[in-house]
Amino acid sequence: MLMRIVLPVVVLVAIVLPLATSGWDAFLTLVWAKALPVLGIILLLQAGQVSFGHAMFFATGAYTAGFVIRAIPGGEIVIALAAAIGASVVAGLLVGVFVVRYRYIFFAMFNLAFSMVFYSLLEKFIHITGGSDGLSIPRPEILGQAMERSEYEFVLYYLALALLVICLYGVHRFLDSPLGHTLKAIKTNETRIEYLGLSPRRVLLIAYIISAFLAGLGGALVAVFQGIATPEYAYWVRSGEFVFVAILGGTGNVFGALAGSFVYEYIRVTATAYVGDTWQLTLGLVLLVIILFAPSGLVGVLNDIRGYLGKGRREPTPSGGKQPSGKTEKQRGEEQ
Amino acid sequence: MSLQILVLTVLDGIAYGSLVFLVAVGLTLVFGVMRILNVAHGSFYALGAYAAASLGLVLSAYGISAWFAYPLFIVAAVAVGVSVGGLMERFILRRIYVREEYLQLLVTFAIFMILDNVQRLVWGVQPYFYTEPLSLMGNVTIVGIPYTAYQVIFLPLVALFILFGLRWFLRKTLAGSLIVAVTEDREAATAIGINARKVFFLTFIIGTTLASLGGALASPTTSVLPGMGAEMIVLSFAVAATAGLGQIGGAAIAALLIGLGRSSAVFFMPELEVVVPYLIMVIVLLFRPEGLFGKTTARKI
Amino acid sequence: MTALISAKDLAISFGGVIAAEGVSLDVFEDDHLAIIGPNGAGKTTFLNICTGYLKPSAGSVTFQGRSILGSSPRAITRMGIARAFQIPQLFTEQTVLENMLIAAASQARRFAPFTPLMQIPERKEAEHILELVGCDDVSDRPASELPEGKRKLVDIALALALKPKVLLMDEPTSGVASSEKFDIMDTLIGALREQQVTSVFVEHDMEMVSRYANRVAVWNAGHIQSQGTPEDVLQDPEVVRTVIGV
Ligand SMILES: Nc1ncnc2c1ncn2[C@@H]1O[C@H](COP(=O)(O)OP(=O)(O)OP(=O)(O)O)[C@@H](O)[C@H]1O
Ligand SMILES: [Mg+2]
Repeated sequence: MLMRIVLPVVVLVAIVLPLATSGWDAFLTLVWAKALPVLGIILLLQAGQVSFGHAMFFATGAYTAGFVIRAIPGGEIVIALAAAIGASVVAGLLVGVFVVRYRYIFFAMFNLAFSMVFYSLLEKFIHITGGSDGLSIPRPEILGQAMERSEYEFVLYYLALALLVICLYGVHRFLDSPLGHTLKAIKTNETRIEYLGLSPRRVLLIAYIISAFLAGLGGALVAVFQGIATPEYAYWVRSGEFVFVAILGGTGNVFGALAGSFVYEYIRVTATAYVGDTWQLTLGLVLLVIILFAPSGLVGVLNDIRGYLGKGRREPTPSGGKQPSGKTEKQRGEEQ
Repeated sequence: MSLQILVLTVLDGIAYGSLVFLVAVGLTLVFGVMRILNVAHGSFYALGAYAAASLGLVLSAYGISAWFAYPLFIVAAVAVGVSVGGLMERFILRRIYVREEYLQLLVTFAIFMILDNVQRLVWGVQPYFYTEPLSLMGNVTIVGIPYTAYQVIFLPLVALFILFGLRWFLRKTLAGSLIVAVTEDREAATAIGINARKVFFLTFIIGTTLASLGGALASPTTSVLPGMGAEMIVLSFAVAATAGLGQIGGAAIAALLIGLGRSSAVFFMPELEVVVPYLIMVIVLLFRPEGLFGKTTARKI
Repeated sequence: MTALISAKDLAISFGGVIAAEGVSLDVFEDDHLAIIGPNGAGKTTFLNICTGYLKPSAGSVTFQGRSILGSSPRAITRMGIARAFQIPQLFTEQTVLENMLIAAASQARRFAPFTPLMQIPERKEAEHILELVGCDDVSDRPASELPEGKRKLVDIALALALKPKVLLMDEPTSGVASSEKFDIMDTLIGALREQQVTSVFVEHDMEMVSRYANRVAVWNAGHIQSQGTPEDVLQDPEVVRTVIGV
């Protein structure tokens, strides 16, 4: 239902929107781009693992795109994005080989530690990265075409949209495949996975590399859109935002990434004026409220409302939608 | 030159390791008992540092002797640890003990974000300096190298006092043995009537108080500024993980190891200063995934 | 006859508890070997060692003549030893059918990233195995919602989906209603005989033992007290005293 109706409708609206009205494109381009790392986080959450460090891949993508654009004359965006993807996949593999040996606390904290190290290296190696001022990125050509700013942003909008749709669909299909289901199984029983002749670490590593790829692609898009990459791209607060947006959108479905990213950017743009100094505080509070009271996020709440109104069957969600607590598990058992 | 640098490296390592230990021991204690990793632990370190630095600045504004700063540091640490930590346990953590692990992590992470912001609201982004307690204790000369007594004598003594005090508390007092009982077997402890809630509350505020004490004692040695909490949480986690989560005595050794590793990096490969603690952790964990002193237990199947 | 699995002089202890000492046992092709013994005798520990979950402090285990000491459960499973557990090991948040299809996909090494799990060609076979153990009625239920007996049976079905040469089962029908358990075991053992799958099962019910086993090994305090045919072993007064406890 979500895939067959909602996605086409959203895509259609998104395609028509810049032609019909103006003023939304810049905002939406960021929504598309920032939904990508969130999608990566959602992928890992299927295995019950949360990363507090994915901003490192976001920054890897951003800086790689920046270096490539600065290095080649004209700076072709396709090459820049390809390089960004390549770099973040390699980074994902290198970090992943270590972190997939661990779960939960260790997984989360090792990711955080790696990203903190990466952040401080970005700040320290000023002669390469431009230090805390960041790396400014000139506007690249698109397929050999140099463009005006408005034209460039127009094309970037569609480029980001297309990449997001492909990734959403791809991850959706992946999660439905045997490997995707094995990934979800990591959350409940790794012993059994081993005893089926599979390696939970290898499965998690594949998901981890995909998530690094998604974060890197998102980072590269944001960087070429904003014309800059700064160490802040790798900061833990940004990693926290990705996780926050994933929880906000709902981790049970790939659409959580899109819904969460949209709502998050919208609130950020409109509320910064009011909450400027307390932005992080607000995020933290909202995160607490969601976890304590609506653990399946926006998509889950929509599903609940739909179920409540009795319209249509409830979409079976991979992991969201149910109360994820030991207690309810037990109660469910007792209802038998 | 090499001997002097060696001595300096060792002294730096000891000074730094003592501070990190104070923070890491609280983290590891809370984890051992509650099986929760408090990501906001670093915030308590930062809050303790800010509280101490502001109190100190008040002292010097009124021209009061900095000797009063030492007891005030402890007061500040206990005030922060008990009040903020107590509220956090009582109103938030208590609701999530039965939830999935990744949600518990997210909750403490959310609190981390909140406290980090609160701290910037209250104290701004300008660094605070209050170094009088450092200079007040004077210098000692070790193998020809002058070093502040505060860092090479006072801090390590406090760390040792906390280490042995905590061990004594856990082994010899009633409250301590209740904590140990809950750590070893929560179900059995609850079955014989131990109130796990109270034990959790007590453990948690001890943990947060240790973190803010670490911050308060660190404040004279460093500039107090935003971001110090985030840095400290990963560092103290690295210490706790290297030792084996839940290992109190092990944390002291790991803190020393990482402190020495970092100080050697400062002298020999300054660019890698931030990397070395994690490098040590990664190497240790590659060979002993359960940490230097951790134990693995096979799950019953 | 050549031994399929051959364990020699295994030893392991936990703290002061000796869970295995001088344990030597051969499992032959087409055996249906029952392991019996009081609680805590070391029966599960033996299965844990044979599948690489625990490493013995001494002794050796071979499978088809090759040492499997130090191999991981994953590698041993791939060699053809599948296991059903005393405590069922299921993917609790997924449905019974999904559980089965993950196993079937693993067996057939079907890892194409975009084929839906529900559409793999092995689905028919997996559903057939569920029928065999009487669990086809719960195939759409999340594994966490199953009663204990059904969980045990699904756990066996997962092992069967791997098309093993040897199937190890740890108290296969504990928790299964006694009205059903002989029916299910009749079909299960029948299918195993037909497909020439060797089986080893830990069992507390002596009626099950005499009905399905061709050989019995008796465990006691980490040792093998005796082994032989069910007729001989179950008559042995020593065994009657320690195990059956009359
Ligand atoms: N991983 C472990 N850690 C500590 N002790 C263990 C472990 N596994 C088994 N034991 C101990 O070893 C002994 C043998 O256990 P095992 O599970 O093999 O017995 P069993 O014969 O299967 O008993 P049951 O009929 O109750 O299943 C028991 O005392 C048990 O407590
Ligand atoms: Mg057993």
